Amino acid sequence: MAGRFVEGSRRVSIDTGPVTPALEHAAEKAARRRGLRLALPGFSYLTFFFALPLVIVFVYSFATRSATGRTLLEGWNLESYRRLANPLVLEIAWRSLWLAVLATVICLVLAYPFSYFIATRGPVLRNVLLVLVMIPFWSNFLVRTYAWRVLLGSDGPVSRLTEFLGLGETRILFTPTAVLIGLVYGFLPFMVLPLYASIERIDWSLVEASRDLYASGWQSFRRVTWPLSRPGVIAGSILVFIPSLGAYVTPEILGGAKTTLLGSYIVTQFLAARNWPFGSAMSFAVMAVMLAATLIYFRSGAKTL
Amino acid sequence: MEPAVQLTGVTKRFGEVVAVDSLDLQIRDGEFFSLLGPSGCGKTTTLRMVAGLEYPTEGSIQIYGEEMGLRPPNKRPINTVFQSYALFPHMSVAKNVAFGLEMKKVEPSEVTERVARAIDLVRLTGMENRKPTQLSGGQQQRVALARALVNRPKVLLLDEPLGALDLKLRQAMQFELKELQERVGITFVYVTHDQEEALTMSDRIGVMNEGSLLQIGTPQQIYEQPETRFVADFIGETTFVSGVVVGDGVVRLADGSTVKSNTDAAVGTGVSLALRPERLFLYPAGDTTVAGGNRLNGTVNRRVYLGNSLFYEVDVGVAMVRVRHENTLGMRSFDPVNR
Repeated sequence: MAGRFVEGSRRVSIDTGPVTPALEHAAEKAARRRGLRLALPGFSYLTFFFALPLVIVFVYSFATRSATGRTLLEGWNLESYRRLANPLVLEIAWRSLWLAVLATVICLVLAYPFSYFIATRGPVLRNVLLVLVMIPFWSNFLVRTYAWRVLLGSDGPVSRLTEFLGLGETRILFTPTAVLIGLVYGFLPFMVLPLYASIERIDWSLVEASRDLYASGWQSFRRVTWPLSRPGVIAGSILVFIPSLGAYVTPEILGGAKTTLLGSYIVTQFLAARNWPFGSAMSFAVMAVMLAATLIYFRSGAKTL
Repeated sequence: MEPAVQLTGVTKRFGEVVAVDSLDLQIRDGEFFSLLGPSGCGKTTTLRMVAGLEYPTEGSIQIYGEEMGLRPPNKRPINTVFQSYALFPHMSVAKNVAFGLEMKKVEPSEVTERVARAIDLVRLTGMENRKPTQLSGGQQQRVALARALVNRPKVLLLDEPLGALDLKLRQAMQFELKELQERVGITFVYVTHDQEEALTMSDRIGVMNEGSLLQIGTPQQIYEQPETRFVADFIGETTFVSGVVVGDGVVRLADGSTVKSNTDAAVGTGVSLALRPERLFLYPAGDTTVAGGNRLNGTVNRRVYLGNSLFYEVDVGVAMVRVRHENTLGMRSFDPVNR
């Protein structure tokens, strides 16, 4: 006898008759509804605290700023977006983009050999190293960034060392270099972890097969290991590039007045300049750039895989 | 002609574990040689040392007279078909096959031509642009073969290449491999734990256990004249009966009965008789129509129907003997005695 359980919202009906397409359909629908119910809390959280505010920001970007700095929800216009072409804004955007790209590349160059090393160790050492990578997360990011201020300051250890070596005082703090150092420091683990995960997953016999097929160590890396670890390279690069582009804390603390970046500039629009429409428009422009960069990056990765 | 592969005193230790123990082996030019043994016997390690994927702790490996020493795999005139095929998942079939030639910087036009011929050789024409994941197990297996053979290696190493295939395909591939080997004339070194595979394809077999080579010989020699108890037990089905040599090839069993054997051991030596189930025949008790010396009395304990044969377990007092009767027309069947 064919028994069939169809789970409704609260009741379980047992149908002892033969299965029909309608019954099968009902059971599948019930399963889908269960999944939706489970996802609902997370879904509504994101809707209320992320999607909705984003809509507000989007609406504000078309609003007007009054002479006293109030935002008037009338006279909808594209003025804020037009102002994005302002040379000062473009300079800040260009500087932010350049620093974010540089931070991403430096993180990749530093993290790849390191992740490779971790991924090819024994299980015990591997876990120890991974914990070490994550240890910085255990203390506050702000505190750690202030620590860099001490390290890079004009009477800090780095400067002392160069003085001792007769190279004179080093002025790194409050320069783009200091911001770059801070960004790389802060986001390096976000590059290491996905890289580790993708390298660790590579079937080692593929590398052996390439060596067996006359590839040198370098050729084997270029033709097999690198392409197979590309998902990790892509994930890590996105995870470093996006927060670097919108970074606020690091440039605020380590950068000088001359190294304003997008994050700080947007904050200025909202607080000091009280130009909410322009701040909103800029936020959206940055998001658009991030989205475009991510899509292009994913596309280029997807093609080779 | 110098041997294709020569191993002299090759030992491989992993820490305290001796994986391969002072192995001496000569593999002849153009032969199909199988290393046969249970898992963990050191056969794969031996193969990996020939490939250069592992270096021996001690000893010498020569390929056509050339000392391999610590030469990396890419500088050895050999190619390997890996157990799980190890096809590059991010490359098409054609790219996989072309890999070795591209690494050797062969002219692009020649690469194209040789790749096409290799793919044709393994009957995969039309599949060139597929990715390995889009192929069945048997097809992947053939890509792995083509990828190795296209380089025209002097020696092809195969590490349990049929292990992942189902029975029917495995049997078909056995014949295909043997035929392929004869056609291309390359020395094949084949590692397997499957005795049937080794017996079907090999010119010679080396039986390994616990890091040592126990016996090298043709399939017939290995099966008919096993030199050790392990070889007799590992190849085919065997029942062992112990006894003492009392005369020229005559062995007395524990119950006092004597049988004739092919042993040349001296009188007084304790020996084990190895009985193959297909060489034993059952007759009803008291049947004297068949003449012959070796006769044991027993009772049928169990009977299993295997389709092409009937399998009996017979209690002859000194041992539980296994007997196999071919399922021929008019075959006599014996019922087990219920106790």
